[in-house]
Amino acid sequence: MAQMNMIQALNSAMDAMLESDPTVILMGEDIGYFGGVFRATEGLQRKYGEQRVIDTPIAEGAIIGAAIGMAVGGLRPVAEIQFADYIYPGFDQIVSELARLRYRSAGDFFAPVTIRTPCGGGIRGGQTHSQSPEGIFTHVSGIKVIMPSNPYDAKGLLITAIEDDDPVVFFEPKRLYNGPFDGDPNKAAVPWSTHPKGEVPEGVYRVPFGKADVVRNGSDLTIITYGTMVFVATLAAASLGVDAEIIDLRSLVPLDVDTICSSVKKTGRCVVAHEATRFSGFGAELLAIIQEECFWDLEAPIQRVAGWDTPYPHAFEWEYFPGPARVGTAIKAAMEPA
Amino acid sequence: MARPEVTAKTRDIAALALELVRVLDDRHDAVGPWHPHLDPAEMQIGLRHMLLTRLYDERMQRTQRAGKISFYIRSLGEEAVSVAQCMALRPGDMLFPGYRNQGLHIARGLPLVDLMCQLLSNTRDMCKGRQLPVMYHSAAGNLFTISGNLATQFPQAVGWAMAAAIKGQDHIASTWIGEGSSAEADFHHALLFASVYQAPVVLNVVNNQWAISTFQGYAGGEQRSFAARGPGYGIAGLRVDGNDFLAVHAVTQWAAERARTGAGPTLIELVTYRAAAHSTSDDPTRYRAKDDHLHWPLGDPVERLKQHLIRLGEWSEERHLALSAELDALVVASWKEAVTYGTLNEGPRLNPDLMFEDVFKEMPEHLKRQRALMRAEKKA
Repeated sequence: MAQMNMIQALNSAMDAMLESDPTVILMGEDIGYFGGVFRATEGLQRKYGEQRVIDTPIAEGAIIGAAIGMAVGGLRPVAEIQFADYIYPGFDQIVSELARLRYRSAGDFFAPVTIRTPCGGGIRGGQTHSQSPEGIFTHVSGIKVIMPSNPYDAKGLLITAIEDDDPVVFFEPKRLYNGPFDGDPNKAAVPWSTHPKGEVPEGVYRVPFGKADVVRNGSDLTIITYGTMVFVATLAAASLGVDAEIIDLRSLVPLDVDTICSSVKKTGRCVVAHEATRFSGFGAELLAIIQEECFWDLEAPIQRVAGWDTPYPHAFEWEYFPGPARVGTAIKAAMEPA
Repeated sequence: MARPEVTAKTRDIAALALELVRVLDDRHDAVGPWHPHLDPAEMQIGLRHMLLTRLYDERMQRTQRAGKISFYIRSLGEEAVSVAQCMALRPGDMLFPGYRNQGLHIARGLPLVDLMCQLLSNTRDMCKGRQLPVMYHSAAGNLFTISGNLATQFPQAVGWAMAAAIKGQDHIASTWIGEGSSAEADFHHALLFASVYQAPVVLNVVNNQWAISTFQGYAGGEQRSFAARGPGYGIAGLRVDGNDFLAVHAVTQWAAERARTGAGPTLIELVTYRAAAHSTSDDPTRYRAKDDHLHWPLGDPVERLKQHLIRLGEWSEERHLALSAELDALVVASWKEAVTYGTLNEGPRLNPDLMFEDVFKEMPEHLKRQRALMRAEKKA
């Protein structure tokens, strides 16, 4: 075991896969010589060469399009899109091509591409470096959508993604790169070295898709969340003295419906929380599923916490961010007596 | 301009992007520096593939009109593009076609019955009922699945070629796009990546003069050549008479050798004419003269190769008629077999359960649940 932050864990996953599988290649803007704007690929080009760790032009549509062709040609490309906000020039290649090759060719062609991309706010990124567009991708048939919340999961899930024969969009909450962040920007930053999930094995291991992590067992209510909001929700529940069961989904597609529903059936109360915008967000899908599956077990209406339905504003970052206060309001509403 | 060495520097051959490579002259003789000196037997095979493509198209167009298939796209007048280019490439080379390249599938030897079953979305459909007619593929034939979206295959072909180079193989990739869809970003992405990584790829713009209803000027080509986009990105550009089988073969062979020897990618503009409607959903009389394809100055590709072979004493009108009859009989017999596997309107039908397969490698729970709901709907 070693202590790693999330960047080091991701780097370690890619290093291990480059080492063990000669078909794995990395590509993206500034990822090679420079090692990536967030340093996730630092040292890997030096170690594996320019043919396997490839600096690309600033053309996300071309990165995804070429990655698809490479994958059809027998490689396992891991493409980095520098910010999730920059993924849209590649959207057509993801939605119309990557997601559907297997389907439209009846299984004769497929493209095992992993797209890594940092998401989320809280880093003074303004509206073009803060988005959480996971719900846009969960709506598309044929791609898996992953978002880890800690170094241990990040490495294990990324290895699973690279080995998976289906395309994966892998969102990395960038506010968590250096430490667990509970939504209070005025507190001193906490490093991953103080957290048990900062303990990461050196070699290859896998965290399976479609399996949620019950971060905390509780009996009062269930909070279903992922990414940065795992830590925000934990703080909010603790400060209200509520015994919350906190579920970190990790994998949005495929979704662990069993873990969600058995928890809600147990507690009878539920809050769904994500940083992404609210209207038509992934939370709406979660609410619909819980309503369909757990309606007769619910003691109160399900509450939803999200970013406001505005672009992510530079100057009002913390008014925008769904911090502990917003989660707390939702918890109180969900705890109202029936 | 003379045929340059395949290793020529792009800047030294930029003029080729503005000229028009031709081999067959107006008397149907093969002349000039690009004369590929093909064996007559090979030209006869080319003629056969082109003729079969044309007869297949004619019959399939009629089956669409008779309501047997939902949609069809002919390649009338453009047969030399696919057939000559395919014959100039190797079987291990990966092809990323557009939707008007059926000559590739025919030249690679796919059985007509397989193509027809795709058109019919029947029980032997290679796409299992998931794709519009003409969106064929063949993994064994190294023919990539046709999207139905435009231009997306262009950067994919470059990526495939990059992978071949990374793996140290000498296979190359080739891909086709219309001049109309060369306006899409995917086209420019492909040229950019091909140039930056010197990918072993042959990129083809089939300039058949028409998008659906808009002429090539709307794609940015008026008074300039599409091939000239190549040198703009630092890659070789060749402009060729697309209805001249020998010229198309010659430039493709040049570009393939250039790619295979590591000298870089090539953009080829094939100047041709879309003689038929865009598709069975299109009525070209609303935007162009009915008989204008008959006045296309570069003539008809089948007729030109036929006349060339006749001048060589390697073909005759009688043999041509006999070949036409033989190939038409093949098309008719193939159709008779294909419909026994079902049509869109008459069984046997594909199992609708197939709708839920191949979305992912393993079917996830929510799709299993939806499949059960669909089955229940059908029972109700």
